[in-house]
Amino acid sequence: MTIIVRDAVFEYTSDVRALDGVSLSIAPGESVALVGENGAGKTTLAKLLNGLLRPGAGSVEVDGHDTRTRTPAQLSRHVGFVFQNPDDQLFARSVQAEVAFGPRNMKLAEAEVEARVAQALADVDLAAETAHHPYDLPVPQRKLVAIAAALAMHTPVLILDEPTIGQDGQGIERLGALVDRLHDEGRTLITITHDLDFCLAHFDRVVVMAGGKILADGPATEVLNQADLLAQAQVEPPQLVQFALALGWREVPRSPAEFADIYAERKARS
Amino acid sequence: MIEVRGLTYRYPNTERDVLRGIDLSIGEGELVGVVGANGAGKSTLCYALSGFVPHFFGGTLAGQVTVAGHDVPRTPVGELASDIGLVFHNPFNQISGARFTVLEEVAFGLENMGVPADEMRVRAEAALAATGLTDLAERSPFALSGGEQQRLAIAAVIAMQPSVLVFDEPTSQLDPAGTRAVFEVLRRLVRERRATIVVVEHKLGWLAASVDRLLALHEGKLVADGPPREVLAQAMDHAWGMGATIYTRTVQTLLARGLIPPQPLLPATLEQAVEAAR
Repeated sequence: MTIIVRDAVFEYTSDVRALDGVSLSIAPGESVALVGENGAGKTTLAKLLNGLLRPGAGSVEVDGHDTRTRTPAQLSRHVGFVFQNPDDQLFARSVQAEVAFGPRNMKLAEAEVEARVAQALADVDLAAETAHHPYDLPVPQRKLVAIAAALAMHTPVLILDEPTIGQDGQGIERLGALVDRLHDEGRTLITITHDLDFCLAHFDRVVVMAGGKILADGPATEVLNQADLLAQAQVEPPQLVQFALALGWREVPRSPAEFADIYAERKARS
Repeated sequence: MIEVRGLTYRYPNTERDVLRGIDLSIGEGELVGVVGANGAGKSTLCYALSGFVPHFFGGTLAGQVTVAGHDVPRTPVGELASDIGLVFHNPFNQISGARFTVLEEVAFGLENMGVPADEMRVRAEAALAATGLTDLAERSPFALSGGEQQRLAIAAVIAMQPSVLVFDEPTSQLDPAGTRAVFEVLRRLVRERRATIVVVEHKLGWLAASVDRLLALHEGKLVADGPPREVLAQAMDHAWGMGATIYTRTVQTLLARGLIPPQPLLPATLEQAVEAAR
Protein backbone atom coordinates (compact mmCIF):
# COMPACT_ATOMS: atom_id res chain seq x y z
CA MET A 1 0.00 0.00 0.00
CA THR A 2 1.81 3.08 -1.26
CA ILE A 3 1.17 6.56 0.14
CA ILE A 4 1.92 9.56 -2.05
CA VAL A 5 1.69 13.15 -0.82
CA ARG A 6 2.05 15.86 -3.46
CA ASP A 7 2.57 19.54 -2.55
CA ALA A 8 0.12 19.26 0.31
CA VAL A 9 -0.97 22.48 1.99
CA PHE A 10 -3.14 22.65 5.08
CA GLU A 11 -4.39 25.63 7.08
CA TYR A 12 -6.35 25.35 10.34
CA THR A 13 -7.22 29.05 10.09
CA SER A 14 -6.35 31.51 7.36
CA ASP A 15 -3.33 32.82 9.28
CA VAL A 16 -1.86 29.51 10.49
CA ARG A 17 -0.42 27.38 7.70
CA ALA A 18 0.32 24.04 9.37
CA LEU A 19 1.62 22.40 6.17
CA ASP A 20 3.25 24.49 3.50
CA GLY A 21 3.86 22.35 0.41
CA VAL A 22 4.84 18.89 1.59
CA SER A 23 5.70 16.04 -0.79
CA LEU A 24 6.74 12.53 0.10
CA SER A 25 6.01 8.98 -0.84
CA ILE A 26 6.04 5.98 1.45
CA ALA A 27 6.41 2.49 0.00
CA PRO A 28 4.79 -0.63 1.49
CA GLY A 29 6.71 -2.00 4.46
CA GLU A 30 8.69 1.18 5.18
CA SER A 31 9.17 2.41 8.74
CA VAL A 32 9.20 6.19 8.85
CA ALA A 33 9.60 8.62 11.76
CA LEU A 34 8.39 12.22 11.54
CA VAL A 35 10.48 14.43 13.81
CA GLY A 36 10.59 18.15 14.59
CA GLU A 37 9.62 20.57 17.32
CA ASN A 38 6.07 21.01 18.66
CA GLY A 39 4.05 22.79 15.97
CA ALA A 40 6.24 21.70 13.02
CA GLY A 41 3.28 20.05 11.27
CA LYS A 42 3.96 16.39 12.09
CA THR A 43 0.54 15.48 13.46
CA THR A 44 -1.21 17.46 10.71
CA LEU A 45 0.71 15.50 8.07
CA ALA A 46 -0.15 12.23 9.79
CA LYS A 47 -3.84 13.15 9.87
CA LEU A 48 -3.73 13.78 6.11
CA LEU A 49 -2.47 10.23 5.61
CA ASN A 50 -5.52 8.61 7.15
CA GLY A 51 -8.05 11.10 5.82
CA LEU A 52 -8.92 12.73 9.16
CA LEU A 53 -7.86 15.92 7.39
CA ARG A 54 -7.94 16.71 3.65
CA PRO A 55 -5.32 18.91 2.03
CA GLY A 56 -6.36 22.46 1.16
CA ALA A 57 -4.15 22.24 -1.92
CA GLY A 58 -2.11 19.39 -3.38
CA SER A 59 -3.15 15.77 -2.94
CA VAL A 60 -2.77 12.68 -0.80
CA GLU A 61 -3.09 9.24 -2.34
CA VAL A 62 -3.46 6.02 -0.36
CA ASP A 63 -3.25 2.80 -2.39
CA GLY A 64 -3.96 4.73 -5.58
CA HIS A 65 -7.04 6.53 -4.23
CA ASP A 66 -7.18 10.26 -3.59
CA THR A 67 -8.18 10.62 0.09
CA ARG A 68 -10.78 13.20 -0.95
CA THR A 69 -12.72 10.38 -2.64
CA ARG A 70 -12.72 8.18 0.47
CA THR A 71 -14.43 8.54 3.83
CA PRO A 72 -12.34 8.35 7.03
CA ALA A 73 -14.24 5.11 7.80
CA GLN A 74 -13.10 3.56 4.50
CA LEU A 75 -9.54 4.72 5.06
CA SER A 76 -9.51 3.41 8.63
CA ARG A 77 -9.35 -0.13 7.23
CA HIS A 78 -6.09 0.72 5.52
CA VAL A 79 -4.46 3.21 7.83
CA GLY A 80 -4.63 2.78 11.61
CA PHE A 81 -3.99 5.79 13.82
CA VAL A 82 -3.06 5.94 17.50
CA PHE A 83 -3.58 9.44 18.88
CA GLN A 84 -1.04 11.20 21.06
CA ASN A 85 -3.62 11.59 23.83
CA PRO A 86 -5.42 8.26 24.32
CA ASP A 87 -8.40 10.11 25.79
CA ASP A 88 -9.15 11.46 22.29
CA GLN A 89 -9.71 7.89 21.20
CA LEU A 90 -11.12 5.71 23.98
CA PHE A 91 -14.83 5.52 24.70
CA ALA A 92 -15.91 1.93 25.50
CA ARG A 93 -16.70 0.60 28.98
CA SER A 94 -14.11 -2.12 29.07
CA VAL A 95 -10.69 -2.70 27.61
CA GLN A 96 -12.08 -5.77 25.82
CA ALA A 97 -14.97 -3.82 24.26
CA GLU A 98 -12.68 -0.97 23.26
CA VAL A 99 -10.31 -3.21 21.34
CA ALA A 100 -13.16 -5.27 19.84
CA PHE A 101 -15.02 -2.20 18.55
CA GLY A 102 -13.12 -1.80 15.29
CA PRO A 103 -13.03 -5.46 14.24
CA ARG A 104 -16.71 -5.87 15.17
CA ASN A 105 -17.55 -2.86 13.01
CA MET A 106 -15.84 -4.62 10.12
CA LYS A 107 -18.46 -7.36 10.54
CA LEU A 108 -15.88 -10.03 11.24
CA ALA A 109 -17.01 -13.35 12.72
CA GLU A 110 -17.10 -13.19 16.54
CA ALA A 111 -14.40 -15.88 16.87
CA GLU A 112 -12.12 -13.82 14.64
CA VAL A 113 -12.89 -10.67 16.66
CA GLU A 114 -12.01 -12.44 19.90
CA ALA A 115 -8.81 -13.89 18.49
CA ARG A 116 -7.70 -10.47 17.27
CA VAL A 117 -8.52 -8.81 20.59
CA ALA A 118 -6.64 -11.44 22.57
CA GLN A 119 -3.60 -11.14 20.31
CA ALA A 120 -3.59 -7.33 20.36
CA LEU A 121 -3.89 -7.17 24.16
CA ALA A 122 -1.14 -9.77 24.55
CA ASP A 123 1.06 -7.67 22.23
CA VAL A 124 0.86 -4.71 24.61
CA ASP A 125 0.92 -6.86 27.77
CA LEU A 126 -2.62 -5.96 28.84
CA ALA A 127 -4.13 -9.46 28.69
CA ALA A 128 -4.90 -9.28 32.42
CA GLU A 129 -6.83 -5.99 32.15
CA THR A 130 -9.63 -6.96 29.72
CA ALA A 131 -12.49 -6.30 32.16
CA HIS A 132 -11.24 -2.92 33.40
CA HIS A 133 -12.80 0.34 32.36
CA PRO A 134 -10.13 2.08 30.23
CA TYR A 135 -10.37 5.18 32.41
CA ASP A 136 -9.57 3.15 35.54
CA LEU A 137 -6.13 2.52 34.05
CA PRO A 138 -3.28 5.03 34.37
CA VAL A 139 -2.55 7.12 31.26
CA PRO A 140 0.44 5.06 30.02
CA GLN A 141 -1.73 1.94 30.04
CA ARG A 142 -4.62 3.79 28.38
CA LYS A 143 -2.16 4.58 25.60
CA LEU A 144 -1.44 0.86 25.28
CA VAL A 145 -5.19 0.18 25.03
CA ALA A 146 -5.35 2.68 22.16
CA ILE A 147 -2.43 0.92 20.47
CA ALA A 148 -4.10 -2.48 20.92
CA ALA A 149 -7.32 -1.11 19.40
CA ALA A 150 -5.39 -0.04 16.31
CA LEU A 151 -3.46 -3.34 16.14
CA ALA A 152 -6.68 -5.36 16.16
CA MET A 153 -7.73 -3.68 12.90
CA HIS A 154 -4.81 -5.39 11.08
CA THR A 155 -4.34 -2.35 8.88
CA PRO A 156 -1.46 -2.50 6.42
CA VAL A 157 -0.40 0.98 7.57
CA LEU A 158 -0.16 2.00 11.23
CA ILE A 159 0.51 5.53 12.48
CA LEU A 160 1.69 5.96 16.08
CA ASP A 161 1.63 9.52 17.45
CA GLU A 162 4.16 9.75 20.32
CA PRO A 163 3.90 6.09 21.38
CA THR A 164 6.55 6.30 24.12
CA ILE A 165 5.13 9.23 26.13
CA GLY A 166 4.75 8.25 29.79
CA GLN A 167 6.13 4.74 29.27
CA ASP A 168 8.88 3.59 31.63
CA GLY A 169 12.02 1.78 30.51
CA GLN A 170 10.33 -1.61 30.27
CA GLY A 171 7.35 -0.14 28.44
CA ILE A 172 9.60 1.52 25.84
CA GLU A 173 11.47 -1.75 25.30
CA ARG A 174 8.21 -3.62 24.82
CA LEU A 175 6.97 -1.04 22.30
CA GLY A 176 10.27 -1.23 20.44
CA ALA A 177 10.01 -5.01 20.16
CA LEU A 178 6.42 -4.67 18.91
CA VAL A 179 7.43 -2.11 16.27
CA ASP A 180 10.24 -4.39 15.10
CA ARG A 181 7.90 -7.35 14.81
CA LEU A 182 5.25 -5.40 12.86
CA HIS A 183 8.00 -4.15 10.56
CA ASP A 184 9.22 -7.73 10.00
CA GLU A 185 5.65 -8.70 9.14
CA GLY A 186 5.74 -6.15 6.35
CA ARG A 187 3.47 -3.48 7.80
CA THR A 188 4.07 0.14 6.95
CA LEU A 189 4.83 1.99 10.18
CA ILE A 190 4.80 5.73 10.63
CA THR A 191 5.55 7.38 13.95
CA ILE A 192 5.70 10.88 15.30
CA THR A 193 8.17 11.09 18.13
CA HIS A 194 10.39 13.34 20.19
CA ASP A 195 12.20 10.26 21.44
CA LEU A 196 14.97 10.17 18.86
CA ASP A 197 16.79 7.24 20.46
CA PHE A 198 13.59 5.19 20.01
CA CYS A 199 13.31 6.48 16.45
CA LEU A 200 16.94 5.59 15.63
CA ALA A 201 16.63 2.09 17.10
CA HIS A 202 13.35 1.13 15.43
CA PHE A 203 12.68 3.27 12.33
CA ASP A 204 14.72 3.15 9.12
CA ARG A 205 13.72 6.47 7.58
CA VAL A 206 13.50 9.90 9.17
CA VAL A 207 11.57 12.91 7.89
CA VAL A 208 12.60 16.14 9.64
CA MET A 209 9.91 18.83 9.65
CA ALA A 210 10.06 22.52 10.52
CA GLY A 211 7.51 25.27 9.96
CA GLY A 212 5.18 23.05 7.94
CA LYS A 213 7.88 21.96 5.48
CA ILE A 214 10.13 18.95 5.10
CA LEU A 215 13.70 19.91 5.93
CA ALA A 216 15.32 16.51 5.37
CA ASP A 217 14.19 13.02 4.42
CA GLY A 218 16.51 10.02 4.40
CA PRO A 219 17.90 6.97 6.19
CA ALA A 220 17.93 7.40 9.98
CA THR A 221 21.67 6.74 10.09
CA GLU A 222 22.36 9.53 7.58
CA VAL A 223 19.98 12.16 8.97
CA LEU A 224 20.23 11.80 12.75
CA ASN A 225 23.95 12.57 12.98
CA GLN A 226 23.64 15.95 11.24
CA ALA A 227 23.55 18.15 14.32
CA ASP A 228 23.50 21.43 12.35
CA LEU A 229 20.61 20.34 10.16
CA LEU A 230 18.64 19.02 13.13
CA ALA A 231 19.25 22.26 15.01
CA GLN A 232 17.31 24.09 12.27
CA ALA A 233 14.31 22.00 13.33
CA GLN A 234 15.08 22.57 17.05
CA VAL A 235 16.00 18.90 17.34
CA GLU A 236 19.12 17.35 18.82
CA PRO A 237 20.76 14.10 17.66
CA PRO A 238 19.77 11.00 19.64
CA GLN A 239 21.79 10.53 22.84
CA LEU A 240 23.48 7.44 21.38
CA VAL A 241 24.60 9.49 18.36
CA GLN A 242 25.80 12.29 20.65
CA PHE A 243 27.94 9.66 22.37
CA ALA A 244 29.39 8.51 19.02
CA LEU A 245 29.94 12.11 17.88
CA ALA A 246 31.69 12.93 21.18
CA LEU A 247 34.15 10.11 20.45
CA GLY A 248 34.77 11.60 16.99
CA TRP A 249 33.04 8.78 15.09
CA ARG A 250 31.41 9.16 11.69
CA GLU A 251 29.61 5.82 11.99
CA VAL A 252 26.10 5.94 13.45
CA PRO A 253 25.23 3.07 15.81
CA ARG A 254 21.52 2.30 16.18
CA SER A 255 21.74 0.35 19.45
CA PRO A 256 24.20 -0.27 22.30
CA ALA A 257 25.10 -3.57 20.57
CA GLU A 258 25.94 -1.78 17.31
CA PHE A 259 27.87 0.79 19.31
CA ALA A 260 29.94 -2.04 20.81
CA ASP A 261 30.50 -3.54 17.32
CA ILE A 262 31.87 -0.25 16.00
CA TYR A 263 33.92 0.23 19.17
CA ALA A 264 35.46 -3.23 18.73
CA GLU A 265 36.25 -2.64 15.03
CA ARG A 266 37.90 0.68 15.74
CA LYS A 267 39.87 -0.83 18.61
CA ALA A 268 41.07 -3.69 16.37
CA ARG A 269 42.16 -1.17 13.70
CA SER A 270 44.09 1.10 16.03
CA MET B 1 11.68 21.76 54.18
CA ILE B 2 10.16 18.32 53.54
CA GLU B 3 10.03 15.69 56.28
CA VAL B 4 8.30 12.38 55.67
CA ARG B 5 8.21 9.67 58.35
CA GLY B 6 6.77 6.19 57.93
CA LEU B 7 4.42 7.26 55.12
CA THR B 8 2.14 4.42 54.08
CA TYR B 9 -0.88 5.04 51.87
CA ARG B 10 -3.70 3.11 50.25
CA TYR B 11 -6.28 4.47 47.78
CA PRO B 12 -9.94 3.94 48.71
CA ASN B 13 -11.53 0.64 47.62
CA THR B 14 -8.17 -0.97 46.87
CA GLU B 15 -6.31 -3.73 48.65
CA ARG B 16 -2.70 -2.70 48.25
CA ASP B 17 -0.54 -0.01 49.85
CA VAL B 18 0.91 2.11 47.05
CA LEU B 19 3.38 3.83 49.40
CA ARG B 20 5.03 1.68 52.02
CA GLY B 21 6.96 3.14 54.95
CA ILE B 22 8.62 6.08 53.19
CA ASP B 23 11.16 8.08 55.21
CA LEU B 24 12.50 11.16 53.53
CA SER B 25 14.10 14.46 54.37
CA ILE B 26 14.68 17.23 51.82
CA GLY B 27 16.30 20.54 52.69
CA GLU B 28 15.51 24.05 51.46
CA GLY B 29 16.88 24.76 47.99
CA GLU B 30 17.33 21.13 47.00
CA LEU B 31 16.42 19.90 43.50
CA VAL B 32 15.55 16.23 43.86
CA GLY B 33 14.56 13.81 41.11
CA VAL B 34 12.27 10.82 41.56
CA VAL B 35 12.44 7.74 39.32
CA GLY B 36 10.66 4.42 39.26
CA ALA B 37 8.73 2.10 36.97
CA ASN B 38 5.09 2.88 36.24
CA GLY B 39 3.09 1.90 39.30
CA ALA B 40 6.03 2.37 41.69
CA GLY B 41 4.21 5.14 43.58
CA LYS B 42 5.81 8.25 42.07
CA SER B 43 2.61 10.19 41.35
CA THR B 44 1.13 9.16 44.70
CA LEU B 45 4.20 10.55 46.47
CA CYS B 46 3.68 13.83 44.58
CA TYR B 47 0.05 13.90 45.75
CA ALA B 48 1.06 13.12 49.35
CA LEU B 49 3.59 15.97 49.41
CA SER B 50 1.03 18.45 48.07
CA GLY B 51 -1.97 17.26 50.10
CA PHE B 52 -4.09 15.85 47.25
CA VAL B 53 -3.48 12.60 49.11
CA PRO B 54 -5.43 12.20 51.31
CA HIS B 55 -7.59 15.36 51.00
CA PHE B 56 -8.79 14.89 47.42
CA PHE B 57 -8.39 11.16 46.89
CA GLY B 58 -9.43 9.92 50.36
CA GLY B 59 -7.94 6.58 51.29
CA THR B 60 -5.89 5.56 54.32
CA LEU B 61 -2.72 7.39 55.24
CA ALA B 62 -0.36 6.51 58.07
CA GLY B 63 2.81 8.34 59.08
CA GLN B 64 3.81 11.99 58.97
CA VAL B 65 4.20 14.43 56.07
CA THR B 66 5.50 17.87 56.97
CA VAL B 67 6.11 20.31 54.11
CA ALA B 68 7.03 24.00 54.50
CA GLY B 69 5.97 23.81 58.13
CA HIS B 70 2.53 22.34 57.38
CA ASP B 71 1.27 19.07 58.77
CA VAL B 72 0.02 18.15 55.28
CA PRO B 73 -2.50 15.38 56.05
CA ARG B 74 -4.15 17.62 58.66
CA THR B 75 -4.17 20.91 56.73
CA PRO B 76 -6.82 21.81 54.11
CA VAL B 77 -5.44 21.93 50.55
CA GLY B 78 -6.51 25.57 50.25
CA GLU B 79 -4.10 26.52 53.04
CA LEU B 80 -1.29 24.52 51.46
CA ALA B 81 -1.65 25.99 47.97
CA SER B 82 0.32 29.20 48.58
CA ASP B 83 3.34 27.27 49.91
CA ILE B 84 3.24 24.01 47.94
CA GLY B 85 2.69 23.85 44.18
CA LEU B 86 1.92 20.68 42.21
CA VAL B 87 2.17 20.32 38.44
CA PHE B 88 0.14 17.27 37.39
CA HIS B 89 1.54 14.89 34.83
CA ASN B 90 -1.48 15.36 32.64
CA PRO B 91 -1.73 19.11 31.91
CA PHE B 92 -5.39 18.74 30.96
CA ASN B 93 -6.07 18.10 34.67
CA GLN B 94 -4.49 21.37 35.67
CA ILE B 95 -6.24 23.93 33.55
CA SER B 96 -9.13 25.47 35.46
CA GLY B 97 -11.47 25.99 32.51
CA ALA B 98 -12.67 29.07 34.40
CA ARG B 99 -10.66 31.61 32.38
CA PHE B 100 -10.64 32.63 28.73
CA THR B 101 -6.98 33.41 28.05
CA VAL B 102 -3.61 31.95 28.90
CA LEU B 103 -2.67 35.09 30.86
CA GLU B 104 -5.89 34.94 32.89
CA GLU B 105 -5.34 31.25 33.56
CA VAL B 106 -1.90 31.98 35.01
CA ALA B 107 -3.34 34.82 37.10
CA PHE B 108 -6.25 32.68 38.35
CA GLY B 109 -4.42 31.22 41.35
CA LEU B 110 -3.04 34.65 42.28
CA GLU B 111 -6.54 36.15 42.22
CA ASN B 112 -7.69 33.47 44.62
CA MET B 113 -4.79 34.38 46.92
CA GLY B 114 -5.85 38.05 46.85
CA VAL B 115 -2.65 39.30 45.21
CA PRO B 116 -2.99 43.00 44.17
CA ALA B 117 -3.69 43.52 40.44
CA ASP B 118 -0.36 45.21 39.60
CA GLU B 119 1.69 42.51 41.22
CA MET B 120 -0.53 39.84 39.70
CA ARG B 121 0.22 41.05 36.18
CA VAL B 122 3.97 41.25 36.84
CA ARG B 123 4.08 37.74 38.27
CA ALA B 124 1.85 36.21 35.59
CA GLU B 125 3.86 37.79 32.77
CA ALA B 126 7.15 36.68 34.33
CA ALA B 127 5.84 33.11 34.58
CA LEU B 128 4.76 33.17 30.92
CA ALA B 129 8.16 34.51 29.89
CA ALA B 130 9.96 31.82 31.90
CA THR B 131 7.99 29.10 30.11
CA GLY B 132 8.18 30.68 26.65
CA LEU B 133 4.46 31.42 26.41
CA THR B 134 4.49 35.22 26.16
CA ASP B 135 3.32 35.16 22.52
CA LEU B 136 0.36 32.96 23.42
CA ALA B 137 -0.87 35.11 26.35
CA GLU B 138 -4.17 36.05 24.66
CA ARG B 139 -5.01 32.57 23.30
CA SER B 140 -7.61 30.28 24.84
CA PRO B 141 -5.98 27.65 27.07
CA PHE B 142 -7.94 25.02 25.16
CA ALA B 143 -6.53 26.11 21.79
CA LEU B 144 -3.01 25.14 22.88
CA SER B 145 -1.14 22.01 21.84
CA GLY B 146 -0.33 19.35 24.47
CA GLY B 147 3.18 20.73 24.90
CA GLU B 148 1.93 24.31 25.25
CA GLN B 149 -0.69 23.25 27.81
CA GLN B 150 2.04 21.53 29.77
CA ARG B 151 4.09 24.73 29.84
CA LEU B 152 0.95 26.67 30.87
CA ALA B 153 0.41 24.29 33.80
CA ILE B 154 4.01 24.95 34.88
CA ALA B 155 3.59 28.73 34.46
CA ALA B 156 0.41 28.74 36.57
CA VAL B 157 2.21 27.02 39.44
CA ILE B 158 5.43 29.03 39.36
CA ALA B 159 3.44 32.30 39.33
CA MET B 160 2.17 31.34 42.79
CA GLN B 161 5.82 31.40 43.98
CA PRO B 162 5.39 28.51 46.41
CA SER B 163 8.48 27.62 48.44
CA VAL B 164 8.06 23.95 47.54
CA LEU B 165 7.26 22.77 43.99
CA VAL B 166 6.36 19.24 43.00
CA PHE B 167 6.48 18.35 39.30
CA ASP B 168 5.01 15.06 38.07
CA GLU B 169 6.56 14.38 34.63
CA PRO B 170 6.58 18.04 33.61
CA THR B 171 8.13 17.38 30.19
CA SER B 172 6.22 14.32 28.99
CA GLN B 173 4.61 16.20 26.07
CA LEU B 174 7.60 18.38 25.26
CA ASP B 175 10.21 18.22 22.53
CA PRO B 176 13.89 18.29 23.51
CA ALA B 177 14.07 22.09 23.31
CA GLY B 178 10.99 22.37 25.55
CA THR B 179 12.45 19.81 27.95
CA ARG B 180 15.71 21.75 28.15
CA ALA B 181 13.80 24.97 28.86
CA VAL B 182 11.79 23.37 31.69
CA PHE B 183 14.88 22.00 33.39
CA GLU B 184 16.49 25.44 33.07
CA VAL B 185 13.45 26.98 34.77
CA LEU B 186 13.71 24.46 37.62
CA ARG B 187 17.40 25.13 38.16
CA ARG B 188 16.79 28.88 38.09
CA LEU B 189 14.00 28.62 40.69
CA VAL B 190 16.41 26.77 42.98
CA ARG B 191 19.29 29.17 42.33
CA GLU B 192 17.45 32.49 42.49
CA ARG B 193 14.63 31.77 44.93
CA ARG B 194 15.98 28.85 46.88
CA ALA B 195 12.85 26.94 45.96
CA THR B 196 12.72 23.31 47.04
CA ILE B 197 11.81 21.11 44.08
CA VAL B 198 10.82 17.49 43.67
CA VAL B 199 10.56 16.32 40.05
CA VAL B 200 9.35 12.96 38.75
CA GLU B 201 10.69 12.09 35.30
CA HIS B 202 11.11 9.12 32.98
CA LYS B 203 13.75 11.01 31.00
CA LEU B 204 16.61 9.62 33.05
CA GLY B 205 19.36 11.24 30.97
CA TRP B 206 17.91 14.69 31.66
CA LEU B 207 17.50 13.99 35.36
CA ALA B 208 21.01 12.61 35.73
CA ALA B 209 22.41 15.78 34.18
CA SER B 210 20.15 18.18 36.11
CA VAL B 211 19.74 17.09 39.72
CA ASP B 212 22.20 16.42 42.53
CA ARG B 213 20.04 13.89 44.26
CA LEU B 214 17.81 11.13 43.01
CA LEU B 215 15.21 9.01 44.78
CA ALA B 216 14.21 5.61 43.40
CA LEU B 217 10.83 4.09 44.20
CA HIS B 218 10.05 0.43 43.68
CA GLU B 219 6.69 -1.11 44.57
CA GLY B 220 5.87 1.73 46.94
CA LYS B 221 9.16 1.70 48.81
CA LEU B 222 12.00 4.21 48.73
CA VAL B 223 14.79 1.87 47.65
CA ALA B 224 17.60 4.30 46.83
CA ASP B 225 18.46 7.90 47.66
CA GLY B 226 21.70 9.53 46.57
CA PRO B 227 23.71 11.00 43.67
CA PRO B 228 22.03 10.16 40.30
CA ARG B 229 24.92 8.09 39.03
CA GLU B 230 24.90 5.82 42.06
CA VAL B 231 21.13 5.48 42.19
CA LEU B 232 20.83 4.67 38.48
CA ALA B 233 23.61 2.08 38.75
CA GLN B 234 21.75 0.46 41.65
CA ALA B 235 18.49 0.58 39.67
CA MET B 236 20.19 -1.29 36.87
CA ASP B 237 21.64 -3.94 39.22
CA HIS B 238 18.31 -4.56 40.91
CA ALA B 239 16.17 -4.44 37.72
CA TRP B 240 13.62 -2.07 39.25
CA GLY B 241 12.05 -1.61 35.82
CA MET B 242 12.63 2.12 35.36
CA GLY B 243 15.18 1.45 32.63
CA ALA B 244 18.55 3.11 32.37
CA THR B 245 19.99 5.97 30.34
CA ILE B 246 21.27 4.96 26.93
CA TYR B 247 24.75 5.92 28.18
CA THR B 248 24.51 3.46 31.05
CA ARG B 249 23.24 0.69 28.78
CA THR B 250 25.88 1.30 26.14
CA VAL B 251 28.81 1.32 28.56
CA GLN B 252 27.39 -1.78 30.20
CA THR B 253 27.41 -3.48 26.77
CA LEU B 254 31.05 -2.45 26.24
CA LEU B 255 31.89 -3.90 29.66
CA ALA B 256 30.01 -7.14 29.01
CA ARG B 257 31.99 -7.64 25.82
CA GLY B 258 35.28 -6.94 27.58
CA LEU B 259 36.00 -3.88 25.41
CA ILE B 260 36.74 -1.53 28.31
CA PRO B 261 38.24 -2.16 31.74
CA PRO B 262 35.91 -2.63 34.75
CA GLN B 263 34.38 0.65 35.95
CA PRO B 264 33.98 1.68 39.57
CA LEU B 265 30.51 3.01 38.71
CA LEU B 266 28.42 2.90 35.52
CA PRO B 267 27.99 6.31 33.83
CA ALA B 268 24.64 8.11 33.78
CA THR B 269 25.50 11.15 31.62
CA LEU B 270 27.20 11.76 28.28
CA GLU B 271 30.33 13.20 29.92
CA GLN B 272 30.67 10.19 32.23
CA ALA B 273 30.11 7.79 29.32
CA VAL B 274 32.75 9.47 27.16
CA GLU B 275 35.21 9.23 30.05
CA ALA B 276 34.50 5.50 30.41
CA ALA B 277 34.83 4.84 26.66
CA ARG B 278 38.03 6.80 26.02
